[in-house]
Amino acid sequence: MADNLLSLITFFPLLGMLILLFIPRDNPGLLKSFALGVTLVTFFISLPLAFDDVFAVSGAMQYREFHEWISVGSFFKMNYNIGIDGISLWLVMLTTFIMPIATLSTWKSIDKNVKGFMALLLLLETAMLGAFVSLDLFLFYIFWELMLIPMYFMIGIWGGKNRIYAAVKFFIFTAVGSLLMLVAIIYIYYYAVSSGASIEGFGIQEFYRLGIPSGAQHWLFLAFAFSFAIKVPMFPLHTWLPDAHTEAPTAGSVILAAILLKMGTYGYVRFAMPLFPEALQTYIPYLAFLAVFGIIYGSLVAMMQDDVKKLVAYSSVAHLGFVMLGIFALNQQGMAGGIIQMVNHGISTGALFLIVGFIYERRHTRQISEFGGLAHKMPILATIFLIVTFSSIGLPGTNGFVGEFLALVGAFESGLRWYAVVATLGVIFAAVYMLWMFQRVMFGKITNPENEKLKDLSVREIVLMLPLLVFIFWIGVYPNTFLSKMNPAIEQLLNQINSKQVAVVEPVVPVIAQNLKFK
Amino acid sequence: MENLGQIAMQNVNMAAIMPSLVLSGFGMVLLLISVFSKRGRTAHVAWMSIVALVVTAIVTVSGWNNPQEGFAGSVILDNFAIFFSMIFIIAAVLTILISDSYLQREGYPVGEYYPLILFCTAGAMWMASGTDLMTIFLGLEVLSVSLYVLAGFFRGDVRSNEAGLKYFFLGAFSTGFLLYGIALLYGVSGSTKIAVIAQHVSQMPAIMENPMFIAGSILLLIGFLFKIGAAPFHMWAPDVYQGAPTPITAFMSAGPKAAALAALLRISIIGLGSIQADITALFWVLAVLTMIIGNFIALSQTNIKRMLAYSSIAHAGYAMVGIVAWNQIGLSAIMFYMLVYTFMNIGAFAVLVLAGKKGEENLTLEGFAGFGFKRPFLGVAMCIFLFALMGLPPTAGFTGKFFVFAGALKAGYVWLAIIGVLNSAVSLYYYLRVIVYMYFKDPQENFAWVKLEVPAVVSIVLALAGVLYLGIFPGPVMELAKMAGF
Repeated sequence: MADNLLSLITFFPLLGMLILLFIPRDNPGLLKSFALGVTLVTFFISLPLAFDDVFAVSGAMQYREFHEWISVGSFFKMNYNIGIDGISLWLVMLTTFIMPIATLSTWKSIDKNVKGFMALLLLLETAMLGAFVSLDLFLFYIFWELMLIPMYFMIGIWGGKNRIYAAVKFFIFTAVGSLLMLVAIIYIYYYAVSSGASIEGFGIQEFYRLGIPSGAQHWLFLAFAFSFAIKVPMFPLHTWLPDAHTEAPTAGSVILAAILLKMGTYGYVRFAMPLFPEALQTYIPYLAFLAVFGIIYGSLVAMMQDDVKKLVAYSSVAHLGFVMLGIFALNQQGMAGGIIQMVNHGISTGALFLIVGFIYERRHTRQISEFGGLAHKMPILATIFLIVTFSSIGLPGTNGFVGEFLALVGAFESGLRWYAVVATLGVIFAAVYMLWMFQRVMFGKITNPENEKLKDLSVREIVLMLPLLVFIFWIGVYPNTFLSKMNPAIEQLLNQINSKQVAVVEPVVPVIAQNLKFK
Repeated sequence: MENLGQIAMQNVNMAAIMPSLVLSGFGMVLLLISVFSKRGRTAHVAWMSIVALVVTAIVTVSGWNNPQEGFAGSVILDNFAIFFSMIFIIAAVLTILISDSYLQREGYPVGEYYPLILFCTAGAMWMASGTDLMTIFLGLEVLSVSLYVLAGFFRGDVRSNEAGLKYFFLGAFSTGFLLYGIALLYGVSGSTKIAVIAQHVSQMPAIMENPMFIAGSILLLIGFLFKIGAAPFHMWAPDVYQGAPTPITAFMSAGPKAAALAALLRISIIGLGSIQADITALFWVLAVLTMIIGNFIALSQTNIKRMLAYSSIAHAGYAMVGIVAWNQIGLSAIMFYMLVYTFMNIGAFAVLVLAGKKGEENLTLEGFAGFGFKRPFLGVAMCIFLFALMGLPPTAGFTGKFFVFAGALKAGYVWLAIIGVLNSAVSLYYYLRVIVYMYFKDPQENFAWVKLEVPAVVSIVLALAGVLYLGIFPGPVMELAKMAGF
């Protein structure tokens, strides 16, 4: 194991971007291949992480790297402090896995300013990976803010008709939240310094042990929670998401849905919850309510959409509600469900956006009413689309089932029983809007003559989708590959949260959940 | 009698004013050179002024960690003065680099321009090193008079005339306030030396009730707040900034502003330290007011130069947050922030200078539609400067704001920090709008008139280097700023 494997993975795309800047701009083919190559190499060098068995036995941070970075006498210390555990492991893998697919999806759809797009794509990958591996709040904040810039340009330059509005809205929403978090971060640091705790810069592991007084915890938690809630996005802070998703180019939507949204949920798991366990206890009912409300609201609004992309965007709001609900259950199943659902959502919603992209490239419209009977002309697409739809609904055998089931079971067994009951409605709604949309687009007779000429998926497009399908079934059939490596980390996280809490009732684990989980 | 002469000589101590002496000397020589130069040729004067500034920088830096007091304790060349002097010098160098091609283009290739910048810089250095209110006043006047001329430098341009005249009238007015304040403080304490005033105040707490002292302090502060462009004394700034030649606007918003802050810091922290509670309360209100007014009015601007003028008011507000903090971090953060602001603001103005054309300066938002695609280098540079002004990582704008707000939080001003960050959230909108026009709108023109003049590009590259270096590795410079604190 190389000592600085994580740094290598994180900064390899940035290095690639710097080299890419020297490739002439009039050679789009080379630019695209180069970017694809860089993302693929990043994926391959990240593979050893996924096969490392250490995550199955230890919940501690692995692959640690620590260097002093900024040190101003008695004022500040910030460190380059990175590492991953079984939770961030899968998000890092998801990122390196989705990025080549997103890059490949640009082959036909991005034709102006290819160089700029590829450079931003690679910059974005570094920023996202950096945010997932940071163990220093200051470092995390830098990567967190850095993510905004490439995505802002992607939406604003390569987006649809309403792109400027969407890009600015995306930027301002996310930045406002994070600025408040910044104040909270500095406050924690000074609290730590004044309390005489031994801290290493802004290292979160030392911050976990601080025991911040509950009065301060409340507003600190709210600052963090607000910032992450915008990113997730949770109702009612979700309004930037449909705009951003609809306007962004396919690759941008895929990355946004698959990875960027996970920053918010990851932020809760890694920062907001373990740092402020007492405040968390107070706010869980409210947050869980918002999560459930988001599920129902997202589903109902999705049902009413006549634009496929918007429908998928609203379905994201609903899906992330399940993630949040699972996490707030604060037990092993719920947490595992929430985290695996993050990965699932990345895979299946990413796939859905790709499919929408395929259709849009052919017809330049996304209106459901324009389609119908596509299955006759595009049988391969129809098959893939159906599988992805099932995964999104959460049909048993696909990944969606595992995630949603665990999250709901977790919530049911915790104090959030009634929330879980209501949330289950969301599963039904999901089936309604997804299947209804699928039926209107793919089945029936071809009513629009334009659809007669449609060509089925090309080899590139099939290659693009295959890896996603593999994981839809892999996680659906044998989730243990993933669960076993995240369980120790989840256990540690829950200990961290619960050790500071009073009266946590140990949930009774039903047989079926035991079987699913967890050997 | 012999001894008296010796004492007088010792008290003089030329080392304390050596940097500004060198710079003024160069300035006068250059003034002569420009008189005897061929008409319309100014490039050599520009290069020689840069040499002058570099030499001055070397002289200045050589005094680090070796404070020199001179002229019977009315000036001191300490680390604080040196740090600020370096900011002025950097501002002057960056400004001069973007000036020459601009003056040629606009048809005012007049050599006096550069010596005036040098004098202005020398005045700023006196302000930073003055420990006597009279020295500071002297520096302020040297600085201001040069700036009045520079602001109205384009004789044939109505706006420039307006800027010069407005700045002169209002500046003279504020100078009156300042002098009156000095006179009142002298009346109370019997001295114009900051240290003596401080001693006097701390020994006689009853002085706080003395209306002469209160009025004097307030008038003194107003004089400096005017120069900084802090609300509610900011009214002159937008018009002057918009009307003045663009490089001068860039210079004004960085160098002289930092000079006024330097003097303000020395006077309030050393001189009025014993009434800290009142001063911080006052600055709390003024900082909030300045940030809010600057940011909210900037929102509605369509002229980029004017927008940057308002944003410059807002940035003065952020710097004042550091004064409120009243601790070492806050003080060092102000110094760091002014350095950062010099890089990012002059950088942004440099792009404006290059993007303009003769006469109509092409400074409206619409004029920048599609600029980023037609001029990739300038576009990317402008984006980085704007992101820095917004305060986004990994630029120095972020680290600068971080340190300032950290100072405020360390001192317990949570609400001030929250108001501050919310203000930067507001600022996102108007900075982003420039990027929206540069990149998200289709080009209306091909910007063929934009020439990448080498000196201006050097200036932009230096500013970029500063913004990125201080953003990613702020440690060493912040350490220097810490050593420069009182």
